[in-house]
Amino acid sequence: MVGCEPQVSLIDVEDVSKAYGGIRALDGCTMSFEDGRINGLIGPNGSGKTTLFNVMTGYEKPDGGCVRFAGDEVTRLSPDRVFGRGIGRTFQLTRIFPRMTVVENLHVASQRGGGFWKELSRWSSPGERERTKEVLDFVGLTRLATEQAGNLSYGQQKLLEFACIIIARPRVMLLDEPAGGVNPTLLRHLASRVRELNAEGITFVIVEHDMEFVMGLCDRVCVMHQGRALCAGPPELVREDPLVLEAYLGTDMREGASTVPGVSELGGG
Amino acid sequence: MAVAAPARDLLSPREVDPVFYDRFALSKRTRAIAWLVLGAILIAFPIVITNATAVSIGVFTMLFLLAAVGWNIFSGYSGYISIGHAVYYGFGQYTVALLILHLGIQPGAGEIAIAPLGGLVAAAVAVPVGFLVLRVRRHTFIVLTIAVMFIFQLLAFNFPSITGGSTGMNVPPPLWTGTHFTMPFYYVALGTAIVALVVSWGIRRSKFGLGLLAIRDDEDRAKGLGIKVTRAKLIALVTSAFFVGVAGALYAPFVGQVFPQFAFDPFYDLYLAVFVFVGGLGTLSGPVLGALVLGPIQKYSEIQFGATTLYLIVYGVLFVLILLLLPRGIVPSVADRYRSILASRWRRAEERRAAATAAATTAPAGSEVGYQRGGV
Amino acid sequence: MLVLQGIIDGILAGGLYALMGAGLTLVFGVMEVINFAQGIIVVLGAYLTYVFSTHIGVDPFVTLLITIPIMFVFGYGVYELLLRPIKRDRVIMSLLVMYAVAVIVEGVLDLAFGGTLVQVHASYVNKSIHVGSLDFPLIYLYAFGLSALLLALLYLLLYRTKFGRSLRATTQNPTAAQLVGIDVHRVSATTLGIGVGLGAAGGMLFGATTAFNASSSYDLISRLLVIVILGGFGSVWGAMIAAIIMLVVEDVVAVVWSPVWGQTVFYLVLALVLMFRPEGLFGRRVARAQ
Repeated sequence: MVGCEPQVSLIDVEDVSKAYGGIRALDGCTMSFEDGRINGLIGPNGSGKTTLFNVMTGYEKPDGGCVRFAGDEVTRLSPDRVFGRGIGRTFQLTRIFPRMTVVENLHVASQRGGGFWKELSRWSSPGERERTKEVLDFVGLTRLATEQAGNLSYGQQKLLEFACIIIARPRVMLLDEPAGGVNPTLLRHLASRVRELNAEGITFVIVEHDMEFVMGLCDRVCVMHQGRALCAGPPELVREDPLVLEAYLGTDMREGASTVPGVSELGGG
Repeated sequence: MAVAAPARDLLSPREVDPVFYDRFALSKRTRAIAWLVLGAILIAFPIVITNATAVSIGVFTMLFLLAAVGWNIFSGYSGYISIGHAVYYGFGQYTVALLILHLGIQPGAGEIAIAPLGGLVAAAVAVPVGFLVLRVRRHTFIVLTIAVMFIFQLLAFNFPSITGGSTGMNVPPPLWTGTHFTMPFYYVALGTAIVALVVSWGIRRSKFGLGLLAIRDDEDRAKGLGIKVTRAKLIALVTSAFFVGVAGALYAPFVGQVFPQFAFDPFYDLYLAVFVFVGGLGTLSGPVLGALVLGPIQKYSEIQFGATTLYLIVYGVLFVLILLLLPRGIVPSVADRYRSILASRWRRAEERRAAATAAATTAPAGSEVGYQRGGV
Repeated sequence: MLVLQGIIDGILAGGLYALMGAGLTLVFGVMEVINFAQGIIVVLGAYLTYVFSTHIGVDPFVTLLITIPIMFVFGYGVYELLLRPIKRDRVIMSLLVMYAVAVIVEGVLDLAFGGTLVQVHASYVNKSIHVGSLDFPLIYLYAFGLSALLLALLYLLLYRTKFGRSLRATTQNPTAAQLVGIDVHRVSATTLGIGVGLGAAGGMLFGATTAFNASSSYDLISRLLVIVILGGFGSVWGAMIAAIIMLVVEDVVAVVWSPVWGQTVFYLVLALVLMFRPEGLFGRRVARAQ
């Protein structure tokens, strides 16, 4: 959906910086992710994508700048608070609870809030069972429900991690390289699930290297380079932008480039 | 849903919910029967067996059982291995000894009745201790729990005005004789152990317990998913401390004396750890199995060889053999074996069924993602 | 003045404990194993020294030439036989296994020597140098010197040899080390051998400075564990500094207050430090994060 009309942004990253020793992973990064869209976040290795995710979800504290979610600042919240606000996130190295069953994994993820006394109740009330089954069916893991998560294949674990975020009914889902090490069938399955969830109103921000996946799935793509935002816009325009090509390929293709309508430049590379 | 059933009908008519019914585990009915049978045996034991030494060993075993289940509630579920639970054991003993001394409780049933107080004091101690030790992880945690225990042991030595120092405290045992002496202790210990088991079971079934297991697997992720990890660990520790404290509180009047090195006994935790490990750490029946099997062996060897140093060597060698041969514990290993046998049988039945269906229709078998394990 | 004497005693004794603790922390750093047997190893080293020096009649320091190699082999063997096969739950399993080893060795020693306290004798054991009103026991000076020498050798081994590099690589990342062709098991076995050897050397010194029997190991291992945690698991420097600090504190408190309180303070200091710095003085942040 190409659009030059301003959309409401759900997550705003404002001038965020983060350095590790001498390496500036994020260097005054400013960008926004639009509500209701499937936002892609791409950039060459080392551009700071995962660091940005970590800052956005509270796993790292930035040295400067702030992150806003639906207008509220969430910069220094701890990861569980961030999760509580409705921001769910997957990891590059899939993390699940290996010694618990698939069902138990899902139940842990669905506990949000509630006082202590509620915790003494059975961990799967009928309502929760329904929801769990729903989510299991949605991702296609029903048959493996009572298996130990550690015994699942890598792709199945990725689906499980995905399911664990879904079950918590988040407002936005941040997916960190969901296509990594995954076969095409599963990838298509995943993509279709993302579209379905997006149709129900969940916003996505997806970090990926697989260009086909990103261009085919995302409504809008943001490009990062060397810790800052390079540009953002609809996928077909971004992929032709000479600045983006330069960032990835390193060749100077500036001359001959003309301003392309629909691409907003948010800061120099 | 007619199934070409193998020798055993795995789809019990009562629970056909494929998501929540684990068809590769023992049915609830079988498990309930097993527990009841075990309970009956344990209850009948001192009535049937009249040998005083045997029943005495039984009492110690029941106390081990109580403490093992208690220990497992914390270390088994949360994955934080504590080798310093002797702190709570010691507090249980000293509390009872001090109460008897200062309140002038006469030898008799009163001494047993105050056991819960020993547990409560131990649980109260667990709060500040927990605040200290739960800040660290894994190896540091293990050693810190030992250090804390030694602190208390040394304090017990250093305050003879309160604790009797190295001469210990006398706890006049109830003036009953023969089996009239051992039986009440046995049943109280057994009863408390049953309570502990019920609590352990309840925790395992609850959201709270699920949170603990998540902490065990990946604490940072658990935290990221909103689980209040510090609170969960602390509550588990306090609960665990209560039961271990009661074990100590019953031990004191049974044995008659409280010494710092046996109250805050570094060996004690290692016994508990081995019992629970052998049975299966983090399982419900593991501590029970471990305590019931190894407890009597440990006590018996102590009685037979305790006076000689041969005991130490034999114990150590046995210890090593057990650890190397049964690394996962009995219950998980057996459960896994059972499970894989059932699973392969079920899979073969499914394949036969799918082949029959495929012959009848042209629909591809298993179009769901994840149907074939490892195929994704 | 007494406090100064306490400080000196502490520093000298600290050197000795540093040696014993270095082996412990090194082993932990390389294979994440808490060697519960280090206490009894020290005692074993002390007994071996006692036996060799009394029956062969040589100076205790010379017996080290026999004792250290024997103990190295012992440590190597223990790793290969008992620790290498452990596949799951390495932390707790290895702890329990080493504890079992400690129990067995203690039983054997108790059987062989009984409970009588013995001490290694040498002509200089009870002599000391006097500087003003301060006392510098000769044996402690020699002990400190030997510790310093052995720790210096350890440093050379760690930082100037290929093996040392392999060892340090394994400490930092066993998987990556394997990927570059380091035989992690051999490194671990050798490290345990070294750790045990150092402990035994410490044992010789311990045996010369204190009367001991098989049950002395409990006190030893508790203190060593405290020292190693305080210094930070895996950090040999940390162990050295922590050993000196702890022993100084203990001796000063013992002098100022009472010996029993000195002991208690030992553990209290640990508890206090860990409250504010869970990874110890020089430990890696492994202790805090999972």
